[in-house]
Amino acid sequence: MVKELLTGNKATAYGAMYARAQVIAAYPITPQTTIVERIADLISEGRMHAKYVKVESEHSAMAASVAASNTGARAFTATSAHGLALMHEVLMWAAGARTPCVLVNVNRAMGPPWSVWADHQDAMAERDTGVIQFWCENNQEIFDTVIMAYKVAEDHDVMLPAMINQDAFYLSHTSEPVDLPDQEAVDGYLPPLDPMVKLDVEDPKGFGSLIMPPQYMEFRAHMARSMDNAREKIRKADREWEELTGRSYGGMMDMYRCEDAEFVLFGAGTMMSTAKDVVDELRKENRRVGIARLRVFRPFPVDEVRYLADRVHALGVMDRTYTFGRGGPLYNEVNGQLYNHSNRPPTKNYVIGVGGRDVRPKHIRALFDDIERVSKEGYGDEGEIHWWGLLDGTTPEVEK
Amino acid sequence: MAKLTIPDDELMSPGHMGCLGCGATLAMRYVLKASGRRTILSIPACCWAVMPGVWPNTCLQVPELYTPFETTGASISGIRAALDALGEEDVNVIGFAGDGGTADIGIQALSGTADRGDDVLYIMYDNEAYMNTGIQRSGSTPIGAWTTTTPVGTTGDWEKSMKKDMIAIMAAHRIPYIATAVVGYPEDLIRKVKKALSIKGTKFLQIFSPCPTGWKMDPGLTVAITKEALSCRAFNLLEIENGIYTVNMKPKKTPLKDYLFKQGRFRHMPEELIEELERDLDRYYEELLSHEECSKRKAEGE
Repeated sequence: MVKELLTGNKATAYGAMYARAQVIAAYPITPQTTIVERIADLISEGRMHAKYVKVESEHSAMAASVAASNTGARAFTATSAHGLALMHEVLMWAAGARTPCVLVNVNRAMGPPWSVWADHQDAMAERDTGVIQFWCENNQEIFDTVIMAYKVAEDHDVMLPAMINQDAFYLSHTSEPVDLPDQEAVDGYLPPLDPMVKLDVEDPKGFGSLIMPPQYMEFRAHMARSMDNAREKIRKADREWEELTGRSYGGMMDMYRCEDAEFVLFGAGTMMSTAKDVVDELRKENRRVGIARLRVFRPFPVDEVRYLADRVHALGVMDRTYTFGRGGPLYNEVNGQLYNHSNRPPTKNYVIGVGGRDVRPKHIRALFDDIERVSKEGYGDEGEIHWWGLLDGTTPEVEK
Repeated sequence: MAKLTIPDDELMSPGHMGCLGCGATLAMRYVLKASGRRTILSIPACCWAVMPGVWPNTCLQVPELYTPFETTGASISGIRAALDALGEEDVNVIGFAGDGGTADIGIQALSGTADRGDDVLYIMYDNEAYMNTGIQRSGSTPIGAWTTTTPVGTTGDWEKSMKKDMIAIMAAHRIPYIATAVVGYPEDLIRKVKKALSIKGTKFLQIFSPCPTGWKMDPGLTVAITKEALSCRAFNLLEIENGIYTVNMKPKKTPLKDYLFKQGRFRHMPEELIEELERDLDRYYEELLSHEECSKRKAEGE
């Protein structure tokens, strides 16, 4: 085992190398670009053994990945924001084709106006594609998750593509020490891809042909069940990774000091690391607070959200994007899963940090104050969905 | 008696779902005869995405990968990369796409593949419109043609632009082998597929494949009309091998009008437009001959 100082993007490239990805098809986009550069370096240095298809678009990156996976190779790609949106059609194809491709998405805001900073709209808009979604808060987690993602995606009870999300710049371009396990240990954890079927001239089959309505629905139900299967496979992959490396990410959800918490903030990405620090401070002030960090968005952590609902007085849901209809995506998911649950604590949606706006400890502290007030006094004038920190004076005690 | 050069092996079984007189079924049958069993096909949205049959049936005896409309180029690149990564050699990788999937929506991915020089054969079966969706104009639709999106009506809104020159576009990519074929000359078609597959790098083959349904034509004319297309110069048989042009057939010129009026899609064309088109097609044919002469002279001078 060695320790290296890696940016999130380098950790991504190393993850693909340690996972022994065999075909890379990728296209540059800020802030993902250094991933495709680093993979090119690793291949040119003779450290990584993969065929690298330098495609002319992200659409082709995903299409080549799917075709490579259908041919029986382990495929990897990476993108961000507009690149992910361009892939949208092929993400659906990858899922329907049951190809266990893995891609890393560097979460970035969608234009216009042009922005390259952290925002979760790109990935959350791919919610319904049938792609498993992991979410990371540090560079070690990115590296580990690339390997874990293949383990889950390639499981014969799953066979779905997986996407790993990491925040633009906060992770992609920030260096942190990352433990790199021995290659043999990773090989033991992640055996070579064992495709159930593949394009084979000795055993010709058609992949993705026309199908009639009575059968199509059966195929989609099978996909749905496979996505459900992924929950237990993710928990298992996490446990086995912990046995190997000592590191766990909580399986389906990363709960921080939630056991006895009265007030919990739920959210995704790097802002939750800040929030954990604030929890430590507030705990010193004897406030029973905790953080639930989204580890997996698809499949959704239903049991974990209901576990929280059984304990807390109120749940604040932080969304680093919005659905432009009603509520942030995480908020809507949480509320949807609680409606048929016996315990329904008050929930409030905090839309925060959109387009890379800073989320500082004082903001998190204010959110805890606010959710506690909501549990006692109700929503007040701002209602249940609050764009936190806007310059229009709707947010108390936050500097302009 | 002349010896038949068409292989006996049939990799396309009876039972396809094509229309009566479909040229594209002949194209597929001959391509597979030429490529043999060690072939992986990639097929985007097009008539051939439907014609093999509804799941779980297929009339093709090679592995087929169906893909989104615009991804044939990327798909065959991905298949080849995977075969290379897995150390599997001696497998032909063929993209089989329609003219809309090639000249329009798929041209970006195709350009990427050709630019990288990936070792694949891209086949464009050209029926001169979006036939699978029901006869809409594509970049490959010839000037003057009626389609459902270029109706004649009272305003004469038939197709107003020339057929897109995919051969010139591919020639600009400087790939090692580019050719055209027609389903009416299977020996020539099979020879070109075999030649293409013997060459490393990206190869491109455009197969003129009549669609009686979309052309409003007697389905019995599919083979004959391809020969007449050549003699009136609506289509040309050629090869470009490492930049050297060969015009394979230089038939005695027949009137364009005879070719056009066998097809309902052209029946409205005014005399002046036909004359103008005939001049354009003749000029294009002369250009090909001069490309042939020039490139051969250059090659000999080297």
